[in-house]
Amino acid sequence: MRTAPTATENIVEVQNLEKHFGAFKAVAGVSFAVRRGEIFGFLGPNGAGKSTTIRLLCGLLTPTSGNGTVAGFDIVRDTEKIRTRIGYMSQKFSLYDELTVEENIDFYSGIYRIPAAKKAARKAWVLEMAGLAAHRSSRTSTLSGGWKQRLALGCAVLHEPPILFLDEPTSGVDPNSRRQFWDLIYTLAGQGVTVFVTTHYMEESEYCDRLGIVYRGELIALGRPRDLKTRHMTDAVLEIDCERPSDAMTVLARVPAVKETALFGKGLHAVAADAVSAVAAIRAALEAERIPVARVERIVPTLEDVFVSLIEAHDRAAGAQQEFRR
Amino acid sequence: MNFRRLWAIARKEALHIRRDPRSLGLAVGIPLLMLLAFGYALTLDVDRVPFVVWDQSGTPQSREFVARFTGTPYFAFRGGVDSYSTLEHAIDSREAMLALVIRPDFARDLDAGRSAPVQAIVDGADSNTAGIVLGYTQAIALAFNQQLALDQIRRRTGLAPGTGLDLRTRVWFNPDLASRNFIVPGILAVIMGLISALLTSLTIAREWETGTMEQLISTPVRPPELILGKLLPYLGVGLVDFVIAVAMAVFLFEVPLRGSVLLLFGVGTVFIVATLAQGILISTITRQQLLASQVAMVATFLPAFLLSGFAFAIANMPVVVRGITHIVPARYFVALVKGIFLRGTGVTILWGDAVFLLGFAALMLVAAIARTKRRLG
Repeated sequence: MRTAPTATENIVEVQNLEKHFGAFKAVAGVSFAVRRGEIFGFLGPNGAGKSTTIRLLCGLLTPTSGNGTVAGFDIVRDTEKIRTRIGYMSQKFSLYDELTVEENIDFYSGIYRIPAAKKAARKAWVLEMAGLAAHRSSRTSTLSGGWKQRLALGCAVLHEPPILFLDEPTSGVDPNSRRQFWDLIYTLAGQGVTVFVTTHYMEESEYCDRLGIVYRGELIALGRPRDLKTRHMTDAVLEIDCERPSDAMTVLARVPAVKETALFGKGLHAVAADAVSAVAAIRAALEAERIPVARVERIVPTLEDVFVSLIEAHDRAAGAQQEFRR
Repeated sequence: MNFRRLWAIARKEALHIRRDPRSLGLAVGIPLLMLLAFGYALTLDVDRVPFVVWDQSGTPQSREFVARFTGTPYFAFRGGVDSYSTLEHAIDSREAMLALVIRPDFARDLDAGRSAPVQAIVDGADSNTAGIVLGYTQAIALAFNQQLALDQIRRRTGLAPGTGLDLRTRVWFNPDLASRNFIVPGILAVIMGLISALLTSLTIAREWETGTMEQLISTPVRPPELILGKLLPYLGVGLVDFVIAVAMAVFLFEVPLRGSVLLLFGVGTVFIVATLAQGILISTITRQQLLASQVAMVATFLPAFLLSGFAFAIANMPVVVRGITHIVPARYFVALVKGIFLRGTGVTILWGDAVFLLGFAALMLVAAIARTKRRLG
């Protein structure tokens, strides 16, 4: 793992950012800061407001309320200045399919006005970085998903922006390409580029220096992945290896010591305040229902546990609020 | 505005055109086909009108009268009939547009100096053509009567009388009154308007549909660079179309090009820029390729076809419609093209139309640039 950057200067700052589409609040009062040089992740399910937040920061959307700065410029008034200082990769592949690899690079190098002296070197760098030197004259449409993503990344950083916004860059590419892509992100971060990345892959979010968890337009947790696991999971996570896990879930729902359960791989994860008493209670309850249990033990929570637990807590709170309003 | 970015857009757009030979083929093929179709098929000339005769008289006088019809290229003799039922059949089956019925006592009446009625039945289904056929028929009857009167005077007095008023007509600009000379320059203008708007109506919409627009607006590229950059390569395609169309008009249809070729291409360029910009404007508003091309068709072709005066004289339109024609750019272009082709008119007379076209082009460009938002949604 890379060591976290020591610089504390913020390259992105956002206060109470809101974006409504009609009655729908895509982003509902979000505040956070991204430090220069870090890899900052936004984790959340589809429709949580990740893309909308990125688009607000890139000046592609105007916020309904709240404010923010990117590289020191206001995201409402100074979008022109922001545009020259950011690299952006939208969720959809957005290079020109009918153009060749090289023509796409040349196009963006013209759009970003890369000086003539630097142009050739930048192009060579992108081709090399994306591993596309041998395919420079191929039509972009013929490339595989992983290559397309790397080419898009190359085009987005041609002008060497200090900050890079990647909106679900690895969705729809194979795991191997995803790993290669993250290697590139690390390389760029190693050169001092700040990376703001959204994802809905749990394992990817572990690669980030800091992580914001977004849900229904709100930022419900923010911190280093390791801290999130310990800080937000005061309860113990138990891994249960048993037969008929879905039946077991119904049984455990009636056990008071167990706060919540979730299917996890072939078994179950259960959350409980006190691990020791819960283990005994779980075993007793399942055996009473004649469900064979191989193993029940406390584990270090994964980000997914944190995520599930946070979301459920959030929904409970929101539900309670609605009850209260009635 | 930065020219390097504009150039990058123009180059990319040119590559798109080159990589899409089907669209390029259509861009050149459609105007070619339309010009051929309209140039050959759309003729307003009425000639070789088929007619039948029921000659009950069968005398030298009646044959002399019929010969006046068969002797002109305006009529084509389709044979004699011998009853009203066969005559009716000839008109019903559209074998004949005109039927002449000459009574048995035709020659006797004429010789006796009495008026001799001749029936002319015209198929009025196509009122315009019927009117023209009636005109021809009346002119022939009039000439026949005049000859008759002269012959009678000569016979009685032995003198050749003066013929009175002698009208000498001279038709300017289109001496043969060939409707093709009048239609081809007009349809050329209509086609150019349609094709240029169609060309660009897809460009911005395609970027929205494929998602490349989102990437593009995250870069420092500005609307004027984007619009002008996209326009440039299509101006090239449009000018190629224009050269082909003018060449076809001159060499294939033999329409006389009397005015300045330079002026023709000057106003052609302005008109093409105007309609290209109109296409881009439509594209920025619809953001959908299919819708954009449909709107472009309706917005350019219909008014250009009906309201430009290319075939239907503006002077004959109701006042309100005549007013509307003033905002149809094709009207001015049609006037310019016809003026330069047929009259050989120069800038000194045509500048008013040219200024309007320039104004329209500027307006469309500004509107397209203003409509190009750099935000989503």
